[in-house]
Amino acid sequence: METIDLAAMGLRHLNRTLQSLDPGTNRRHWDVVNPRGSHAVAVGLSAPVEVTVRGSTGYYCAGMNQLATIRITGSVGPGVAENMMSGKVVVEGDASQSAGATGHGGLLVIKGNAASRCGISMKGIDIVVHGNVGHMSAFMAQAGTLVIAGDAGDALGDSIYEAQIFVRGSVRSLGADCIVKPVRPEHRALLAERLEQAGLDARPEDFRRYGSARKLYNFDVDNAGAY
Amino acid sequence: MTDDRSATGMISMAERNGTEAGVPRWQQEIRRAAETGIYKIRGGGAGRRSLFDDLLFLGASISRYPLEGYRESCGTAVTLGTRFASRPIELEIPITIAGMSFGALSGPAKEALGRGASAAGTSTTTGDGGMTPEERIHSSQLVYQLLPSRYGMNPDDLRKADAVEIVVGQGAKPGGGGMLLGQKISDRVAEMRTLPTGIDQRSACRHPDWTGPDDMEIKIMELREITGWEKPIFVKVGATRPYYDVALAVKAGADVVVIDGMEGGTAATQEVFIEHVGIPTLACIRPAVQALEDLGVHREIQLVVSGGVRNGADVAKILALGADAVSIGTAALIALGDNHPKWDSEYRNLGSSAGRYEDWHEGRDPAGITTQDPDLAARLDPIEGGRRVRNLLKVMTLEAQTIARACGHNQLHNLEPEDLCATSVEAAAMARVPLAGTDWIPGQDRS
Ligand SMILES: Cc1cc2nc3c(=O)[nH]c(=O)nc-3n(C[C@H](O)[C@H](O)[C@H](O)COP(=O)(O)O)c2cc1C
Repeated sequence: METIDLAAMGLRHLNRTLQSLDPGTNRRHWDVVNPRGSHAVAVGLSAPVEVTVRGSTGYYCAGMNQLATIRITGSVGPGVAENMMSGKVVVEGDASQSAGATGHGGLLVIKGNAASRCGISMKGIDIVVHGNVGHMSAFMAQAGTLVIAGDAGDALGDSIYEAQIFVRGSVRSLGADCIVKPVRPEHRALLAERLEQAGLDARPEDFRRYGSARKLYNFDVDNAGAY
Repeated sequence: MTDDRSATGMISMAERNGTEAGVPRWQQEIRRAAETGIYKIRGGGAGRRSLFDDLLFLGASISRYPLEGYRESCGTAVTLGTRFASRPIELEIPITIAGMSFGALSGPAKEALGRGASAAGTSTTTGDGGMTPEERIHSSQLVYQLLPSRYGMNPDDLRKADAVEIVVGQGAKPGGGGMLLGQKISDRVAEMRTLPTGIDQRSACRHPDWTGPDDMEIKIMELREITGWEKPIFVKVGATRPYYDVALAVKAGADVVVIDGMEGGTAATQEVFIEHVGIPTLACIRPAVQALEDLGVHREIQLVVSGGVRNGADVAKILALGADAVSIGTAALIALGDNHPKWDSEYRNLGSSAGRYEDWHEGRDPAGITTQDPDLAARLDPIEGGRRVRNLLKVMTLEAQTIARACGHNQLHNLEPEDLCATSVEAAAMARVPLAGTDWIPGQDRS
């Protein structure tokens, strides 16, 4: 285990050190202390290392992550794991808005709540939120899975494409073109797998599935009210 | 009066505004809307007369000393990204190729743009939809766009790029997102964008992970952290409030600000947007430069201007008003062969004609440029296309040099507002240069 004191060493040192690790490195375990709400902590990593950030971070923590497993013991600001490609990011606390925005792959686990726009424009990432999510979550979500064990705010899944949403609690309202969909065995299996990966003790049967009605896929003037 | 886009073969005001088959255009539009129930979407730029034609250069006379054409050198090089980036972009000429997406354009067209730009010593730009290996290989300097859609965005391509351009907006549609209609969504385009084949793809109008300039500052910092503070970060905005947008981009940490005026081309936008939102390119340059000067960073942060640039005179005028470089989209497509008369009969089959074809959103471009149809795309030879783009860039540069020498400058960037006058009150007011033959700059105190 190696430790980097962010307050003492600075952000550039931290990111340069973690980014320079190559995939075969044996320096696999890193502790980052004193993040003190800094932005862009542990961004652009591309090796299968394990990083624990001890405390809370600002914007874009773990942005564009590839292969690394990054755990934040506190809460995170906007855009955690934005555009993540692969790997795993676990937030022990809460996440601000746009968590997992545009993520292409990997797994984002938020053990607390996530604010608005969680999973916005997601492109293949899997996101599991133990708590609630705010409004406009999964807006224009293209691919991947958003699992919400708590409640969802307004306009869930607005203009959603092929992403899948599972919600255990209540949904305040659905956005344009987002509908309740039947849960078939393959969906239940997928959900069970995500729950297990995220360490969330919940029963797949308790979730409802939401997805695209695919009515807005090609422009039609009769739908003008929904655009 | 000069035809608005005759130099690039685009439609004229007369054609757009009224005389086709003697039927006023607004009536044609009403009928079309009533029949189809959809607003008009098209490519190209605003069909307005170019305001640049209302500016004239004051060649040297007794009070100014010209340089000898072809003999005395006139520098054209410019460096973009000198503020924070450790590896700024060095360009031999101050004309770059603007961002046009793979998706909107065919693979061979993107390759040709890269080849042409590289041969001319300048940069080209990706677009909404990500970076293709072809364009990376064939572009010596490639600017990678970060758009609201983030289609195809990934850290590997980010690191392969020579610069990053954050697109806040485009001149053709400031405040609007993009769309790529289903006809153009081939399997490859769909895969790059992680969406099903054949559906209309909307590109968001807002970035998904920030809302205002303070957030953008943090975003820029994140991008720099991911790319090791090497690459210049451009911020591109559509021209609406240039003074404030430039000031905010500077505050947010941009190395280069790109302003795209309302004449700027697009692959597919609602016509109402193209024609009625945003301000003309000419009108945005002086306020943008003013913002840089007020902040003490003119020339330290470079200004790139685009939207309706057709020839070397336009380039010289934009540089004279204080920009560091210009960028071209439509002109490069025309150079590649779009709207070429040799395809006239095919354009007519599509209800258009060579020189008037703007249905770039439909993906049926006979010239093989704004299409994903493999048979049509194969019509464009990327090597020959690259040669033509290079030639255009070289000719534009030569034209601008000719003007600069005549005005007594040994560097294109030494052109200045004092070299210009205007033939209309409007252009004089926007460019803040005197009306020809007078010392009157509308809007400026003469006391
Ligand atoms: C076919 C086409 C596709 C375009 N795609 C993009 C794009 O993906 N991203 C972007 O920022 N601008 C895009 N633009 C706008 C150009 O980058 C540029 O701002 C504009 O073309 C400049 O005006 P001009 O066409 O009059 O030279 C596109 C323009 C055209 C013509």
